[in-house]
Amino acid sequence: MEIGLTHYLVLSTILFAIGLVGVMRRKNLLLLFFATEILLNAVNVAFAAISHYYGDMTGQMFAFFVIAIAASEVAVGLGLLIVWYKRHGSIDLDALATMKG
Amino acid sequence: MFEAIAFYLFAFLTIAMFFITVTTSQALYALTALAAGMIFISAFFFILGADFLGAVQIIVYTGAVMALYAFGMMFFDTTRDVKEKKGNKYIIVGLSTLAAILVVVIVAVPMVSQNVVALYPAIDGVGNTQEVGLVLFTKYLVPFEVAAIMLLVAMIAGIVLAGKKMDLSITLMNDAAIEEEKNKKVLS
Repeated sequence: MEIGLTHYLVLSTILFAIGLVGVMRRKNLLLLFFATEILLNAVNVAFAAISHYYGDMTGQMFAFFVIAIAASEVAVGLGLLIVWYKRHGSIDLDALATMKG
Repeated sequence: MFEAIAFYLFAFLTIAMFFITVTTSQALYALTALAAGMIFISAFFFILGADFLGAVQIIVYTGAVMALYAFGMMFFDTTRDVKEKKGNKYIIVGLSTLAAILVVVIVAVPMVSQNVVALYPAIDGVGNTQEVGLVLFTKYLVPFEVAAIMLLVAMIAGIVLAGKKMDLSITLMNDAAIEEEKNKKVLS
């Protein structure tokens, strides 16, 4: 039983779907951040798999940059979240609806 | 054979961990399950021969990002249960499936057309870390430096945003000073 590229792409899709479900059903902003981390990781798996099966290093390079972006996103996002929590005492998404559209 | 066993084992574990992350109502469980899932993801990188990427995944994600989340959670009231959106479940499931299928199509179309050619093919007789260094410091040098500047900017932004009023210590203040500080509008 050989594990091919399709296996990894299907796994990546499943993880991405789990992350999307999390993004859509979470109200707490901290748990919303967790769901975005799942999305980024799912894409990283697909990048590494493609990089391996095509013998090309570009996929791994992209995965590195995705990790770097995720790290900086967490730093800035958590800083903003702390400021918001100090001001309003909650990090629910409903409290953020100040711009009524 | 061992590759297949490892793949299915870690696939099951990863999916289970991430499923716990998005479904649990306790923020602490979500954090722990997410950290475990990140480590299991790195197993795929090791199976795929991307050793350096796997090590970076463990160090950056489980070492730095999860620690940052853990410290960030100390600022929030995470002991109470998390409220969930009361939405239509079928819409959520349908949209997720559709979006995930779209992602697969986006990735799979160039492969079906067989137009993918290795731009930076792997070099024989060189370890993965050496290959990564060769490609990263020749073809991707400018993005690498830009990423470094971006991380610096993010670090300064994190300090500036989260570090306000950090010089005040409640344990060293008397009650009157704490009351006075409370009455002031926070971060006005």
